[in-house]
Amino acid sequence: MPILSVLIFFPMLAALLVLPLDKDRPERIKAVALAVAVSEFLLSLPLWSSFDKTTHLMQFVERHRWIEPWNVQYALGVDGISVLFVLLTTLLTVLCVLVSWRSVTEKPKEFFVALLFLEGTIVGVFCALDLFLFYIFWEAMLIPMFLIIGVWGGPRRLYATVKFFLYTLVGSLLMLVGIIVLYRAGGNTFDILALAENQYPIRLQLVLFWAFFAAFAVKVPMWPVHTWLPDAHTEAPTAGSVILAGILIKMGAYGFLRFSMPLFPNATRMMMEPMMILSIIGIIYGGLICISQSDIKRLIAYSSVSHMGFVTLGLFSLNTQGVEGGILQMINHGIVTGALFLAIGIVYERTHSRAIADYGGLASVMPVFAGFFMLFTLAAIGLPGTNGFVGEFLVLLGAFSSRSWAAVFAATGLIIGAWYMLWLYQRVFFNPPNPGLQGIAAINGREIVVLVPLAALILVIGFVPNLLLDYMHVSVAHLLARIPQAEPAATGPLHALAALLP
Amino acid sequence: MPLYLVLLPLAPLLSFLLTLLSGKWMGSRAHRLPILAASISLGCALAAGWDVAHGVVTDADFYTWITAGDLQVSFGFLVDQLTAAMLIVVTSISLLVHIYSVGYMQGDPSYPRFFAYLSLFTFSMLMLVLGNNFLQLFFGWEAVGLSSYLLIGFWHQKKSAADAGKKAFIVNRFGDFGLSLGIMLVFVTFGTLHYQEVFQAAPGIVGQQFTLLGLTFELPTLIALLLFCGAVGKSAMIPLHVWLPDAMEGPTPVSALIHAATMVTAGVFLVARCNPLFELSSVALNVITVVGAVTCLFAATIALVQTDIKRVVAYSTVSQLSYMFVACGVGAYSAGIFHLFTHAYFKALLFLGCGSVIHAMGGEQDVRSMGGLKKYLPITYWTFLLASLSISGAPGLAGFFSKDEILLMAYTTNIGSGRFAWFIGLVVAFITAFYSFRLFFLTFHGRFRGSTEQRDHLHESPPVMTVPLILLAVGAVTAGWLGSPEILGGHSMWDHFMAPVLGRAEAHVPHFTEWLLMGISVFAGLSGIWLAYHLYVRRPELPGQLRESFSETYRWLVNKYYVDEFYVAVLVQPAINCSRYVLSAFADATLIEGVVNGVPRLIGRASGRLRRLQSGHVQHYLAAMASGAVGLLVWLYLV
Repeated sequence: MPILSVLIFFPMLAALLVLPLDKDRPERIKAVALAVAVSEFLLSLPLWSSFDKTTHLMQFVERHRWIEPWNVQYALGVDGISVLFVLLTTLLTVLCVLVSWRSVTEKPKEFFVALLFLEGTIVGVFCALDLFLFYIFWEAMLIPMFLIIGVWGGPRRLYATVKFFLYTLVGSLLMLVGIIVLYRAGGNTFDILALAENQYPIRLQLVLFWAFFAAFAVKVPMWPVHTWLPDAHTEAPTAGSVILAGILIKMGAYGFLRFSMPLFPNATRMMMEPMMILSIIGIIYGGLICISQSDIKRLIAYSSVSHMGFVTLGLFSLNTQGVEGGILQMINHGIVTGALFLAIGIVYERTHSRAIADYGGLASVMPVFAGFFMLFTLAAIGLPGTNGFVGEFLVLLGAFSSRSWAAVFAATGLIIGAWYMLWLYQRVFFNPPNPGLQGIAAINGREIVVLVPLAALILVIGFVPNLLLDYMHVSVAHLLARIPQAEPAATGPLHALAALLP
Repeated sequence: MPLYLVLLPLAPLLSFLLTLLSGKWMGSRAHRLPILAASISLGCALAAGWDVAHGVVTDADFYTWITAGDLQVSFGFLVDQLTAAMLIVVTSISLLVHIYSVGYMQGDPSYPRFFAYLSLFTFSMLMLVLGNNFLQLFFGWEAVGLSSYLLIGFWHQKKSAADAGKKAFIVNRFGDFGLSLGIMLVFVTFGTLHYQEVFQAAPGIVGQQFTLLGLTFELPTLIALLLFCGAVGKSAMIPLHVWLPDAMEGPTPVSALIHAATMVTAGVFLVARCNPLFELSSVALNVITVVGAVTCLFAATIALVQTDIKRVVAYSTVSQLSYMFVACGVGAYSAGIFHLFTHAYFKALLFLGCGSVIHAMGGEQDVRSMGGLKKYLPITYWTFLLASLSISGAPGLAGFFSKDEILLMAYTTNIGSGRFAWFIGLVVAFITAFYSFRLFFLTFHGRFRGSTEQRDHLHESPPVMTVPLILLAVGAVTAGWLGSPEILGGHSMWDHFMAPVLGRAEAHVPHFTEWLLMGISVFAGLSGIWLAYHLYVRRPELPGQLRESFSETYRWLVNKYYVDEFYVAVLVQPAINCSRYVLSAFADATLIEGVVNGVPRLIGRASGRLRRLQSGHVQHYLAAMASGAVGLLVWLYLV
């Protein structure tokens, strides 16, 4: 069975099946959507069980000729770097369907169609082995995301969507130019594996590195191109925020891993320090700015900037601990921030407020929910025993090994993170109870079903991270073997820019 | 690995999970499982102690936790003499506090949650002391921090309690910042985080240097100081001591267990555990000694004027922890751990005694409303007296032996700051005795100063609370006998027992000097007690007059030297302002958004101009096409 094609197109085709359903019977629409999402998740499980952890080669490969004149292929495959993201996508989509059960009341049919379409395109991004195909998925994904925020979002959704769209489009266009140049330079092929066989001149590598960087940095988002994220998150419906934080922004970091690092290894080595510096600025800036936020979702959105700073810091440490920690932290962030947004969605349905000031004493009213949120908070601040610790520790260790100053600055994020998360927790769950919250319903069974899998993953990865790390070792080792260990004579940012000049 | 070692942390862990899940149904019976678990742990700890005493040292991995590249860390247990001592302290005090809490927390609406957290703490603390590598230490380190956070903020509807919990966590993170960097540096240096491998390789790094942030350090000094940062946070040394007094917002049994006997001593344990690393750097040892000595005096002076019964004991804890660091700093790790051991019993007793008083007073904690409680709380009175004598160093009681050994070691060490620390330690021995008995007399002697309502409510605590007091009193009297020195006819059993792990720092002084030093410190303690008696029993009007004549000093002391205010002014408020005005309002909303929104606006304006090109006149288009074609040809052929 061509499992990857199935995973990409099954939700899209199934979405088409949802379309003719009677829009006045939303229960049936939801049931079908849930059935599709769950089936998709079950279908993706063989990726976990049949994956060969001993090879760096692509697995579950499908390769067909597609657009002959341009040598475009329909090529899919996963390795130890991408396989976990496919699984994360299929899991989070199920939870998104569940959490949208009550909150999406307008045009439910269109919503679930968009959500399922989104799922297919995201899986496509992580599986594509052909640059052309990759680019199609990369851009196609924007459309359902655009709709989800723009139609089902909050009051300022139009501003947020246009900003999101333009930001990512500008980045993507630069990458498109880069892709075309690479196509010519690499012998008229879009095949990622074939392209990686070549050694490109350093100046070309640098130009292409920055062209791809434009697209990936916006998606991550790295400082200073992060300002679309708070708006998009704040306005997006819960499911939109979850997908956005959980998966979509991982694509940027994935792009670095799949393209920038293997295709432009020398440029990557030269750009190591500038990338680390940008990451550290993101960690500290994103963390500090959280302290003064008054909107819960905006706070979590900015915290993503900080956490993704850890991810890119790890990746550009260019050693095993850093890269594996970075990949693990991508997954962790998907789980934890996904869980935080789901939890916020659960409470928002009851209070219809995102303002921190409207809360207080929630732990007395919703004790079980408070317990879940505490666990998510602890994972976000990297407490040992949660997944967040393993990722952060590996990233910091990787950074320390390659540039000790980077770890020193980045580790301040541990202090800042504890500050804003625990302060948030206190203002929402502790303190004297807010009278406005009296009598709101405790968490129900469906909501517990949504939160339990993520809570379990937080602890399981926290105590047995090797379950995931084992998938990465060989692929990461292969990736790092491509990157020159010897450092170029001067790697400062100015030198790198000078190399770009004619 | 013996089964009892697995059971040791597992019992409280299971108890935590089950009590959390079943609390609703268990209600007022929720203490049963945690007490059972704590008893099992105590039994296992005694078994471990037995094995170690018979020369069986266990160092075994349980399972591999993290593998990445050349990093491989496990969950694993190291049980040697040091661990065994810690295990016995932790489990015995934990069990007594569990039992005491049945009475103290009775009727609390969150009774099951309290016991669940106690179990979580016991598990975490055991993981901390049992670990055989730095990362598991860090695991336990953060987990006890979490338990402490949850228990300080146990009554979370009170803003002050929620604030205090958060403060404890965040202040500790400053220490953890250094500790985690220290652990990374250990890994980068030694390629492993396993204690035994690191300690074996440790002597090889002498003379190496490491450059961090442009500053070049001796490698052993840098490692030791970074690790010590963690200890400063956890054990509330200057400048990170500010969280511990606030932690008194938690229920009193928690203060006894976590903020006196066990968790706060983790810093001392860390230094003692890593003594092969600290021994390599005299700079680091001097830093520890000085930080310890300064904190010792600093905290003791604040304790002089506090009126909240628990805060006095809290500052006294900071001061006593400092003695332990002084001991480590002068290389007498065994003496430091010995004081940790005796302190655990007499300080837990003091705190639980305070709890008994607070319980009787209906929640009142201000000593100004107490007085004359002796006849209402006889058992609490006598046990509190023993604890106060013990902490004051009265000859024969536990505190006497351990404090004396520390002072002796500080006096005779070859660490430069040893004499300085000895002098401070002696002064503080006097102050300690004074404030301990000030508290004692204010609480139990004189006339009752509370309301009649409170007076009618006064009662001795139930046996479930007084029996732990009596048992702890036994410890507060006898715990020191284990370390009785040769000149008093003892055999220094403690030092001999610890020697394989902590080495043996010998004091080479004539017996006469040893007697003299002992005499001086006993005299200091007894005169402190006498002064307190004079001021608070014989001439109770004097303290008020003193307060008047030294009003400026008093203001500084009662406001704790304004350290909290200082941190708010230079750290907290600037960070909030930076977040709100510099980053949020300026950098994000004005600068970056200005560019982001400005570019489209510019394009919009430019396209407005360009639109005029689209005039609809065919000749314009033709002209443009022609010039374009010419341009292209030129480019193709000439460039």
